[in-house]
Amino acid sequence: MKIIVLLKRVPDTETKILINQEGTGIKEDGIKYVINPYDEYAIEEGLKLKEKLGGDSKVTVVCMGVEEATENIRTALAMGVDDAVHIVDPALEKAGPFSAAAVLAKVIGEEGFDIIFCGKQAVDDDMAQVQSILGEFLDIPQVNIVSVFELAEDGKKALLSRRIEGGDERMETSLPVIISCDKGLNEPRYASLPGIMKAKKKEIRRKNLADLGFDEVPGKGRSRILKWLPLSKGGECRMIVAEEKADAVRELVQLLREESKVI
Amino acid sequence: MWFQLTEEERMIQKTARDFARKDLAAVVEEANENGIFQDEIYKKLGELGFLGMTVPEKYGGVDFGYFCLILALEEISRVCASTAVVLSVQNSLVNGILMKSGSEELRAKYLPRLVTGEILGAYALTESEAGSDVAAIRTSAARKGDEYILNGTKIFISTGDKAGVIFVIARTDPDDRSGGLSAFLVEPGFPGFSIGKTEHKMGLNASTTVELVFEDCRVPAGNMVGEEGKGMRIAFEGLDGGRIGIGAQSLGIAQAALDEAVLFARERKQFNTRILDFQSTRWKIADMAMNIDAARLLVYRAAKLRDQGLPCPKEAAMAKLFASQTANRAVYDSMQIHGGVGYTKEFRIERLFRDARVMEIYEGTSEIQRLVISRKIIKEYEQMFPA
Repeated sequence: MKIIVLLKRVPDTETKILINQEGTGIKEDGIKYVINPYDEYAIEEGLKLKEKLGGDSKVTVVCMGVEEATENIRTALAMGVDDAVHIVDPALEKAGPFSAAAVLAKVIGEEGFDIIFCGKQAVDDDMAQVQSILGEFLDIPQVNIVSVFELAEDGKKALLSRRIEGGDERMETSLPVIISCDKGLNEPRYASLPGIMKAKKKEIRRKNLADLGFDEVPGKGRSRILKWLPLSKGGECRMIVAEEKADAVRELVQLLREESKVI
Repeated sequence: MWFQLTEEERMIQKTARDFARKDLAAVVEEANENGIFQDEIYKKLGELGFLGMTVPEKYGGVDFGYFCLILALEEISRVCASTAVVLSVQNSLVNGILMKSGSEELRAKYLPRLVTGEILGAYALTESEAGSDVAAIRTSAARKGDEYILNGTKIFISTGDKAGVIFVIARTDPDDRSGGLSAFLVEPGFPGFSIGKTEHKMGLNASTTVELVFEDCRVPAGNMVGEEGKGMRIAFEGLDGGRIGIGAQSLGIAQAALDEAVLFARERKQFNTRILDFQSTRWKIADMAMNIDAARLLVYRAAKLRDQGLPCPKEAAMAKLFASQTANRAVYDSMQIHGGVGYTKEFRIERLFRDARVMEIYEGTSEIQRLVISRKIIKEYEQMFPA
């Protein structure tokens, strides 16, 4: 079985994100980048499926991202993924979901696939659109926000569960299918040291737009981000502490009158 | 000169950090509070490859070398210094010595099980009358046919009661003080071996420290490491690696002390001001960070030299000495920033404070490190400016 996993490089969730002065993006200094946490569930699910099936099953990571994303791809390889395709092209740096899905569809079409796992969303822009658009391009079913996955005994269907308000939704789908993974689906493994050693020898196939037969970014201009704005700061909260309630009220009234001038 | 980690080094560091923050952090408080040795954690560390970092693939290791080992040790120690003890002893002392001085037969016999964590290793040198003064070792080893018969008692042995193989230094020649020592690998199942009392330590309470008793303990002659009479040299060579490991462990404690100091000072308010904004706090933080960085560079240098196969006793001693002092200064200042609550078991700094103290004592006291350093320096001067 050919298993594809989509991977995106995103700022570490522990990093505090600040918008740059021009409002064209984020301040990049000091930011650490990691594999999108939801993609880690996708990697783990791909590896589990491969281990279960054995034989000549193969997990291939497909990543569209900057040059430095090789480090994140290498981590996926160290976790046990067999090989990877890295789509790197400066023209794609500001690509929206439609463009990303069109490029990914081309690569995945060339690679061949039986099942595609991806994260339910990337934690950087939280668009959660690529998987659905990609499903349309490839003309296959898509199931989003999956928390339980199981391949049917005949290997031709998948049984899935989605966490919805107040319960679980059980589903069945034919293959090939694209599945976006939610937290709780599994516990992603670490990149072990033997894994890191083996990853050195695994292949990362680099492709740019021209290699894929695109003259320009597909779907260019379909969506455009106008400006990034920082969250407006909330007002400051001050606690008034006094032993007697009456004193606290007196202080509050005084502050409202003299400082805030609202009464 | 280099000041950037490679992609591979960052990956190793990240796996160690993620493991420490998740799996280890989940058990660390209870383990240290109640003195529980975490067998499961070592199984997992073995599976992830952290118990064979200086061992070639041939024996099941990953052979990333000492530099990567100390990256891992710092991350583990930042969460639990006790766990780092086991990791350091196993990688730098036991595995390191086997790779440097062990016979092919001994390597093949023990390393594959050591690197997976199936068995753990221990290093037994100290006796009641012999610590810094290694040549005072009295545990005897007398040849009898195909075996050596060991008699004596070793004390303060980390992981001694949990180990599947123990590196032991014993006296094969009573008349030659320093040339009469030899090294052996002893299994706990050998007849005449037993575990003595367990120490109740001030810190590092999730690691065990015990007495080992040898009463006519029979050790196959093939379990001698290196040649007879070379025990002191073999033990010392191992210690260079061990000291770099303690340097890294100290770094982890120091970094954790700084972490706790900044996070606490950011929350704590006095006089309606975050104490982080007081100059007295900021100066402490600057000094801590500067010393930690300086210590890190010393530890990195020693590890890089060792990976290049260059002798580094002075550099290892400097790294161990400076990093252990930095750790003790850092926990002191961090506790000062915490104030009263830092002195209670509610806050992590209380454990860090206790864990840090032994860094200046074991694997060569600070005084012994100074002896090693000054001897080397004086020798260098004698060569440059002969009297």
